Amino acid sequence: MTSFWTGWISFIVLGSIFGCAWLLWVTRKSQKFDTETEQTMGHSFDGIEEYDNPLPRWWLVLFMGTIVFGLGYLVFYPGLGSYKGVFGWTSANQWEAEVKKAEETYAPIFAKLAATPIEELAKDENAMKIGQRLFANNCAVCHGSTAHGATGFPNLTDNDWLYGGSPEKIKETITSGRNGSAMRAWKDEIGEEGVKQVANYVRLLSGQEGVDEAMAAKGADIFAANCVVCHGQDGKGSHDMGAPNLTDGIWLYGGTQNIVEATIRNGRGGIMPSFKDQLGEERIHLLAAYIYSLSHR
Amino acid sequence: MSTKIPVQNIDPQDASTAKVKTVELYEARKKIYVKEITGVFQKVRSFSLWFLMGMYFLFCWVSVDGQQLVLFDLPNRKFHIFGATFWPQDFVLLSWLLIICAFGLFFITTLFGRVWCGYTCPQTVWTFIFMWLEERIEGSRNQRMKLDQASMNKQKALKKAAKHASWLFVAFATGLTFVGYFYPIRELVPDFFTFDISSGWAYFWIAFFTLATYINAGWMREQVCLYMCPYARFQSVMFDKDTLVVSYDLNRGEPRGSRKRSADPKEVGLGDCVDCGMCVQVCPTGIDIRDGLQYECIGCALCIDACDSVMEKMEYPKGLISYTTEQKLEGKDSKLLRPRTIGYGLALVIMMSAFAFKLGTRLPVELDVIRDRGALFQTNAKGYIENAYTLQLMNMSDQVRTFIISVEGMDGISISGKSEFTLEPSEVRSIPMAIEAKPNALTERNHDIVFKAQAVDDASVKIESESRFLGPAPVKF
Repeated sequence: MTSFWTGWISFIVLGSIFGCAWLLWVTRKSQKFDTETEQTMGHSFDGIEEYDNPLPRWWLVLFMGTIVFGLGYLVFYPGLGSYKGVFGWTSANQWEAEVKKAEETYAPIFAKLAATPIEELAKDENAMKIGQRLFANNCAVCHGSTAHGATGFPNLTDNDWLYGGSPEKIKETITSGRNGSAMRAWKDEIGEEGVKQVANYVRLLSGQEGVDEAMAAKGADIFAANCVVCHGQDGKGSHDMGAPNLTDGIWLYGGTQNIVEATIRNGRGGIMPSFKDQLGEERIHLLAAYIYSLSHR
Repeated sequence: MSTKIPVQNIDPQDASTAKVKTVELYEARKKIYVKEITGVFQKVRSFSLWFLMGMYFLFCWVSVDGQQLVLFDLPNRKFHIFGATFWPQDFVLLSWLLIICAFGLFFITTLFGRVWCGYTCPQTVWTFIFMWLEERIEGSRNQRMKLDQASMNKQKALKKAAKHASWLFVAFATGLTFVGYFYPIRELVPDFFTFDISSGWAYFWIAFFTLATYINAGWMREQVCLYMCPYARFQSVMFDKDTLVVSYDLNRGEPRGSRKRSADPKEVGLGDCVDCGMCVQVCPTGIDIRDGLQYECIGCALCIDACDSVMEKMEYPKGLISYTTEQKLEGKDSKLLRPRTIGYGLALVIMMSAFAFKLGTRLPVELDVIRDRGALFQTNAKGYIENAYTLQLMNMSDQVRTFIISVEGMDGISISGKSEFTLEPSEVRSIPMAIEAKPNALTERNHDIVFKAQAVDDASVKIESESRFLGPAPVKF
């Protein structure tokens, strides 16, 4: 906050308080408290007249009390621009304190769950309810609340895995994320015709109907020369590389001729972010168990 | 009526003649020593008051199947009342209940005056028990007045201490019981005495209600009715000439005065009122009913009991002070059925029936459907169009229930995956659910669909929730 705004806010806050104090002081009557006069102000409405009485003492004291309270409050809490107050209170550290309190409450629960092996945890219905909530909050944005995925975001329920579906691998994927940018653009190397041929071959691999067999045969050669490094001789992919299995009819971006061509032509670069800092070890353990359970029902 | 009660003139004096004059507007409270009286109305009153108090103290101990019959479970946001569980979404019922109660109060008040105040109001109930204790410990009205005037001695100190101890005991029981309606009382009482209550707030509220009861019923008493209670202030709006009120028969009583028991009032030129002041002495709010109807009058009828006992002694007919109406006092007929009572009655009947209907048809299940925000639709492995939803299913009953979810609204639509869910009592479950449809079943870009949840064990427990199913533009041939 600039010193101008600090000054301006302080001026308004203190000005209001001292203004009220001043008003209270000058309008207080010097008469004895608790005795009233019958003198009226001379105002009359429908026969109702206004008496000219001082504030009752308890009332005055209450007002003065609020002024003292207000000044005291400003000493201890922020209220004057950038002045932080004696306690150094901020809404941010209040939030942190609440998070800490919640951690203390939930830590034993998560610690207990984290000590259970994932295969076992996946069968624990209550743990899975917590896992589902974690999934809804952190993963559902991309993978959908049903974990069926979407274009570019893998389906987590079909037990077909880019990087492996063992509990350890799932955990590793969530913890460190995956940098799935290995599918590079091939259009310059194999040419537009080559892209079409390889696409036909890949569709043949996955058992699609209506494939141009002549094109596919040519594509097979190009595939053998360029693609087997990652996708393997038989096109079954590799968990180490995160290279998809091309024979199973499950497509991350779609399996039509156009889409497969586009994939080969321009490459694909999906990234699974790391959740290590966001969730921590124990929650990731639980989440991995939930994801594991989705394909092992 | 020719004989109006003379009213003291308290108009401010003419400003021109009055110089500055000071008056005291804040008068200290004059302690009221209420004389205990027996009689018909006192019997009715004590029956009603003991009964209500007994209900208050015992009701929270009633449990059915281990469930406290009346429990406002704030931490879990559930109200258990007579076996029914109310949820925050039932809150509108509470406001209707309060509206019905208010109308009930108006209805009763137009008919019978302030019977609520005299016979059922908690302030009256607790003041009554406190006064009863006071009478047992410090003695009768005269003894109490003497005791207060006497200088402090051992006996006085003992009596006062005993009184306040008994008051505090009742107040504490009240506070503990009150919290027991919010915190299971069977746990609260043992936990309290072993200092084992998990929430510090329970201690705070017990202390708060103990103190509030002690101050209200011990010290404030009629001041609550006179200065704090709004109900007294609008009685004039609800009263009419046919409303039953506690009233003194001026025509019969005036002119008042003392006389020998043997004297014939007519010869002495007096009315039936012997001016004994008993009606004033027994009044819990310290008013003189002979001054006419006042907002301070709580309609407790103790003055009727007092006056009747005197009339009996004097061998005059009873009823110099009685429950009567202004019409009757004027010698006219009083009607129970009047436009006002019919109106209130009708409104009450309508509201109560609607309330009962709503309560009876309330279903212990709730279903909300939220469409996934991430994607509009997608094609799944089968080549079907798929939409994702999150269902919020609530089992609001007190039993474990299995629900079958189904979806309708267009042809060829079905749930992909599990559709049967078992929920614990009062469980709220989020259920991710994928709905799939054959691509050629889509005739529009979007279809209105309906999710249904049906309890397996009870055909009447079913609920619907609408949503939409999105897909690509259909292929037109």
